[in-house]
Amino acid sequence: MSPLDLLQTLGGRALTVFRALGHHAFFFAELLKHLPQALRRFYLVVAQIHAIGNYSLVIIAASGLAVGFVLGLQGYYTLSRYGAAESLGLLVALSLTRELGPVVTALLFAGRAGTSLTAEIGLMKAGEQLAAMEMMAIDPKSRVLAPRFIGGLIAMPLLAAMFSAVGIFGGYVVGVLLIGIDPGQFWSQMQDGVDVFDDVGNGMVKSFVFGVACTFIALYQGYETQATPEGVAQATTRTVVISSLAVLLLDFVLTAVMFSTPR
Amino acid sequence: MGRRGIESLVGVFVLLGIVAIFYLALKAANLASFNTGETYTLIARFDNIGGLKVRAPVRSAGVTIGRVASITLDTKTYQGLVTLEIQKSIEFPVDTSAKILTAGLLGDQYIGLEPGGDDKMLKPGDTIKMTQSAVVLENLIGQFLYNRAAEGPAEKK
Repeated sequence: MSPLDLLQTLGGRALTVFRALGHHAFFFAELLKHLPQALRRFYLVVAQIHAIGNYSLVIIAASGLAVGFVLGLQGYYTLSRYGAAESLGLLVALSLTRELGPVVTALLFAGRAGTSLTAEIGLMKAGEQLAAMEMMAIDPKSRVLAPRFIGGLIAMPLLAAMFSAVGIFGGYVVGVLLIGIDPGQFWSQMQDGVDVFDDVGNGMVKSFVFGVACTFIALYQGYETQATPEGVAQATTRTVVISSLAVLLLDFVLTAVMFSTPR
Repeated sequence: MGRRGIESLVGVFVLLGIVAIFYLALKAANLASFNTGETYTLIARFDNIGGLKVRAPVRSAGVTIGRVASITLDTKTYQGLVTLEIQKSIEFPVDTSAKILTAGLLGDQYIGLEPGGDDKMLKPGDTIKMTQSAVVLENLIGQFLYNRAAEGPAEKK
């Protein structure tokens, strides 16, 4: 291969990436344009919150409890070494509200709700239901995609808040009920160290951004899938991979922006 | 399941989410003890503020009664200019003194107010005259070493 060929391959790859990015951006803009129409038919959004949110409740609560248990145990082993076991409540609450709540919820969300969105829309496309809608002059973007998008945006922060709340309860069960840390110290240290806006508020902002990213990726992959069984399978896999990577990278960026400045 | 059933289930879901947010805000964070309005400001100048941070607590007799609102450098006197937000219901005499103290050996720094005995009270925007700077550990160690060095030869004799 001559250097010129290499250069050509590089250019080709770069153009493909830029084209994909541009396509994503236009798709996102289209989706935003259709949001008001979806809000007008709010019962569609409600049905989607039911499909996305209610069915994710059990997995979110179970994982939150498990993460809270583990945080309580691991935190206690480390903190007791420095004679600061009473700070366990603070450790559990801060890690959950700032990081674990939004991030783990988003990862579970991508796996639980994102895949079903992609598969559903992909199969609608494969079964030419979307084409049929267009034939009836119904825009599938405003009828199918936009309600799911809004449903994801509403469900995600609520799920993350539940995850953190259940996780703190799990930390309480392990720390106070099993290990026997003073409950007064547990709660007061937590309340002294956790700030409503800096910690809880920023966590909510994070989970909202993750909700936008995960839902959008799932919808895009479903809508742009190849209308074959293999295509839908690949799109579903891509949803999980891309969503997880996007969440972790976005989390780094958001953390750097939100928490790097000392208060 | 009809639309009504789905709507009520979603209602339960949203309610749970809101309850979780309030639980985080009230039980895990400090919204309950968070006083938004109803404060007045006092100003204190310190030669050295040490590691004092904005939003650090202001305490009197150990009770938190306010927060540090801002920290800037007074360009005329080159002192740290600290603005305090104190709960409106609590007034302090004019000869109150402000100290920068540390919670525990390595804890966060906060401002302690010690009320004086004057009849006149500080008005909003007033300056606290008597201040004591933060204890800087390096200076303390330096002073200690200096004293030891001065004592050293005398002990040998």
